[in-house]
Amino acid sequence: MSAAGDDSALPPSGDPSGLGPELQPSLIDRYGWAQRAEGILAPILTTVLAFLVGGLVVLVTTGKNPVTTYRAIFEGAGLSWFFEVGNNEIGLPFSDAKVWFPWNVNDIDSLAAVNLQQTLIVTTTLVLTGLAVAFAFRCGLFNIGGQGQYIVGSIWAVWIGSSFDGMNPFLHITLAIVVATLAGAAWAGIAGFLKATVGAHEVISTIMLNWIAIWVGSFLFGLGGPLQNDAQSSVPISNDIVESAKLPILWGDPLLQGLHTGIFFAIAALVVYWAVLNRTTLGYGVRAVGFNPEGARYGGISVRRNYFLAMAISGAFAGIAGAIDVLGWEFRLATGDIQTSQLGFMGIAVALLGRNTAVGVFLSALLFGSLVTGTSTRNLDPEVFQPELAFNLTLLIQGLVVLFVGADLIVLWFLRRLRTRVSA
Amino acid sequence: MTSVALPVAARMPHGLRRVAWIGIAIGIVAAWMALPPLTLRSWVPSLVLALIAVMLGIGVAIRGERRFGGFAIASGLFGFGIAFAATLSSVGKLESVVVWSALLAAMLRFATPLAFASLGGMFSERSGVVNIGLEGMMLMGAFFGIMGADKLDSWWLGLLVGVLAGGAAAFVHAVWAIHLQADQIVSGTAINFLAVGLTGYLFIDIYGTEGTPTDIPSIPDVHLGFLGDGFVGDIFGQLNLMIWIAIILVPLTWAIMFKTPIGLRIRACGEHPRAADTVGISVYGVRYAAVTLSGMLAAAGGAYLSIGFVNSFNENMTAGRGFIALAALIFGNWRPFGAAAACLLFGFSSALAQRLPEYSQSASVLFQALPYVLTLIAVAGVIGRSIPPAAVGRPYRKQ
Repeated sequence: MSAAGDDSALPPSGDPSGLGPELQPSLIDRYGWAQRAEGILAPILTTVLAFLVGGLVVLVTTGKNPVTTYRAIFEGAGLSWFFEVGNNEIGLPFSDAKVWFPWNVNDIDSLAAVNLQQTLIVTTTLVLTGLAVAFAFRCGLFNIGGQGQYIVGSIWAVWIGSSFDGMNPFLHITLAIVVATLAGAAWAGIAGFLKATVGAHEVISTIMLNWIAIWVGSFLFGLGGPLQNDAQSSVPISNDIVESAKLPILWGDPLLQGLHTGIFFAIAALVVYWAVLNRTTLGYGVRAVGFNPEGARYGGISVRRNYFLAMAISGAFAGIAGAIDVLGWEFRLATGDIQTSQLGFMGIAVALLGRNTAVGVFLSALLFGSLVTGTSTRNLDPEVFQPELAFNLTLLIQGLVVLFVGADLIVLWFLRRLRTRVSA
Repeated sequence: MTSVALPVAARMPHGLRRVAWIGIAIGIVAAWMALPPLTLRSWVPSLVLALIAVMLGIGVAIRGERRFGGFAIASGLFGFGIAFAATLSSVGKLESVVVWSALLAAMLRFATPLAFASLGGMFSERSGVVNIGLEGMMLMGAFFGIMGADKLDSWWLGLLVGVLAGGAAAFVHAVWAIHLQADQIVSGTAINFLAVGLTGYLFIDIYGTEGTPTDIPSIPDVHLGFLGDGFVGDIFGQLNLMIWIAIILVPLTWAIMFKTPIGLRIRACGEHPRAADTVGISVYGVRYAAVTLSGMLAAAGGAYLSIGFVNSFNENMTAGRGFIALAALIFGNWRPFGAAAACLLFGFSSALAQRLPEYSQSASVLFQALPYVLTLIAVAGVIGRSIPPAAVGRPYRKQ
């Protein structure tokens, strides 16, 4: 299976004459631009289509105006913050001059700002779980076990975070994240190892590993479990992590879950993802196996090694996501969190919509992060739309996005064929 | 003994397999003798039997039947493991956990939804379309089954609605897989996501946070009073109608798949669609029918779950069963009896997990992971040696 329908990663292939780019730059340029435009256009079309169908569902089932619903979700996600364009001015450094500035930089208390902080927190997680799916995709593997890898990472993070009281904060956070990363990598590595050695299909093994992680987590923090809260023996929850393990808050009120520094990890992960895939031998091998395992084997690349490594690196991304959620805002894990969390699964839609590129993953993580936050019980105005219903609307839109991503490859193929026919 | 018997067995048709089956049986006996009613309090006899099973397995495996040899080895290892664990436990607890008639009846109950989905998956995969969406189709069946039964006040109309909903989801998958030539894993995943979103949405929309009402008509049990109160009567005396349908479906599917022209056509489309097309079989038609049927069967399994088994619905209640069914299909080498045997195995592990909390209340949650662990081991143990239909997962393009 090669689900990695990623055209932007292919070298520009629109040179039927074979004369080379220097002889016909304009054609190559035009083709490249067209291809790139399609690469942007297709996900946008996919999203629009998914929202249209989702709106239709809203209209048919509840009779509510989909536009009002979407606007409420938009505001719940805090995206309206960007449009709170007032007469804000900021002082230029080293001068008395003041200039107009679109955002109110001092505004950290408004509802929109608080909502946006939530959105960015979720986006951080989704970037990482999205990369967990995307990296494996580039190797031709479908890692739908991001959820399990995320859970394993968060379990280790909460254990380390709640132990070692009084440790140096920097060391404590580093230790928790490193261990969670390795745990996620190991969890996914099981599936990678099985794929590489006995050929077990990674879809089934990662799904099974998801459920194993869920039940192990429920056991650990459940009543009488080994990691259950020391003080409250009747609540199925872990110990709180200690102050030294909490990530510093970057923007907003620490008591209201302000945006934490975990977002830098997400940004760094995006850069690492791009660099590893496009600038290292490892990435070359991974992509070669993803394009054509037989061809890669013929070229002397070990397919098995790359299967294992790609899964392990994927799991590492998901493990970081789990650690950052725990250290950044959750601070504890309840069995309910483990059983109902969806962010690992959502990484699949994020990666597919982002077409497995770093920029694409970031943008689609922002989209889904906004949807998740905008439809949460805390942020969505229940007068406009029932939040429990709205979260399922998010899941529905997610499904539609994945469905249409499956179809957009054929749309691209069709567009391309149309163009070659016209130009011929 | 093995050094004489095995070379002879190797020359008989299926001889090695028979030896392997003997090994598997010996492994099971090794476990059985340490459990009630025999309850041997020593693990030594089990160890001896288990070693014989493993040796037979190794002997068979090195003579070429690696798959069945592997089964015999696994049977020996598991047999000894279970026997050893049993000797560590007290007799009283063993007797309250291992009540064979109740365990086997529960096994059938847990295996039934898997069997429906697994047999459904067989039609789809044998025709050449990978069906990762079984999970979602089951979920559609579970929700629309209970909704139909509630709104139409009839269990069989509910079952019908559920089956049709699963068929509709499968039809979408078919369009994507066949006409749009989409990646079948991606479109199957989309079906799963869509099913979670759609059923969750409608569930909240229709039933709110209180959940489904308790007075919904459910699929009836079949009372077989003439079986009495004995061992057989306890297992088969009061099973749900859907369990009996599943039991009938297994040989029926085998007959359709391997003894009728329809089955031949389905298999041809999965093995060599071009050849099938050349002799006048409509590859697209067969695949559409097979995929839609697979969704309907999976949905029947889902409907059994909601209106035959637990009589309620909650969000994402299929809990990975569609994937376990898929693993059972692979474990059973894409054959009805093999898949059914795997479903029984996974069903048994669920039944056991349900009774194990007797030992430790806090670890009871951990036992819930048992079916998934077993599935993972099964997938890891045999998958490399089972052979999928040649053209599975590849879209067919007409020329």
